[in-house]
Amino acid sequence: MNPNTPQARARNAAARRPGRLAAAVAAALLAAAPGCTDMYDQPRYEPYEASPLFSNGASARTLVAGTVPRDDARRLPAVEDRDLLLTGLKDGQLSKTSPLAVDAELLARGRQRYNIFCTPCHGQLGDGRGVIVQRGFSPPPNYTDPRLVEAPLGHFFKVMTEGHGAMYSFAARVAPQDRWAIAAYIRALQLSQGARPADLPAEDQQKLEGAGK
Amino acid sequence: MPQVFHPSANTLSRVVLFGLAAGPAALLGTMMLLVRSPFQTQVGVVREQPVQFSHEHHVKGLGIDCRFCHSSVETSASAGMPPTHTCMTCHSQIWSGSPMLEPVRASFKEQKPLAWTRVHDVPDFVYFHHGVHVQKGVGCAECHGRIDNMPLAWREKPLTMEWCLECHRNPEPRLRPKDEVFVMDWTPPEGSGLEAAREANPKSHVEVGQLTNCSICHR
Repeated sequence: MNPNTPQARARNAAARRPGRLAAAVAAALLAAAPGCTDMYDQPRYEPYEASPLFSNGASARTLVAGTVPRDDARRLPAVEDRDLLLTGLKDGQLSKTSPLAVDAELLARGRQRYNIFCTPCHGQLGDGRGVIVQRGFSPPPNYTDPRLVEAPLGHFFKVMTEGHGAMYSFAARVAPQDRWAIAAYIRALQLSQGARPADLPAEDQQKLEGAGK
Repeated sequence: MPQVFHPSANTLSRVVLFGLAAGPAALLGTMMLLVRSPFQTQVGVVREQPVQFSHEHHVKGLGIDCRFCHSSVETSASAGMPPTHTCMTCHSQIWSGSPMLEPVRASFKEQKPLAWTRVHDVPDFVYFHHGVHVQKGVGCAECHGRIDNMPLAWREKPLTMEWCLECHRNPEPRLRPKDEVFVMDWTPPEGSGLEAAREANPKSHVEVGQLTNCSICHR
């Protein structure tokens, strides 16, 4: 039906052109595929993603009061007295002892956590002269305050858990075992501020003398 | 018999032939450049935020540790966006009348989270875990850049697969001792080369060969 005339060939070529155009567009799209982003945002919520579904605009929901965890997301250590670990109370009184074994490792952890969460206000020495206090925040007491030296260990745990005065609760940021580690480190800070050179091991005494020269 | 083609047809045919070869190459090249450009990767683009929060002021100026606010970064996939409660730990008294912080106070009063604009967003088909990177010794600054120099946060690295793989193929130069992970201006000690990191690799059980398995990130 297609006579092989120049006119007919031109007509055929014209008819093929859209096909070629489509092929070229497809090739270009394929080349642009790395720039395609439809799969980047899939119909599910990422952590902290906003949601119009709830009145406060957040997709993540807070736990219903009284929820008991099936798994322990905070990886609580196995201790004899779990209530003490979580409340700081022993027989209804603030505990004088830690539910965890206080060793160098715990103190190191306590020091690390203290330097992250407490130094902004309490300062590295625990004197309550942290940078935020220098900017005008109400100054917390010095840990060497006799009231705090005599306070049971559970007092520090309770303050970190519930907050105290101007201090907000740190329970959401610091796991219970870390609060005990910090409490132990606060005791170390209290000791350090009243320490006499004679209390130090011989090695450290030498270092101290070397530093003084 | 007269000439069918004018002499200019020579040039024209060369141009057409060149165009046939160079055109698609140029098109491809442009696209490759485009997907690596800030237009696609958002590198260096500062986002509009509900509050003009300055990492420079809080990190460099005040010396607050990253983990004071991003408290789940050592253990969870998400670094943790601080709840308004965390802001108010200090701002209940500091700048407590500042109009700049009005959205923060409103959020606290109404128990309605601040809607920050995400600056670092990996595609949903990528599984990224902050905790494992921190535990193995990848410093914050390796991916986030010198956030302590950013008044408003921007994306420092492109977060492309190519960029992730650069490190997954050869992680050693980017690993540091674990207590230096949160230090912004850490540089490897003089003369140590990569020894510290090479040592850290087996210690942290980094199996370099496995880091390029598809399922390491796509799961």
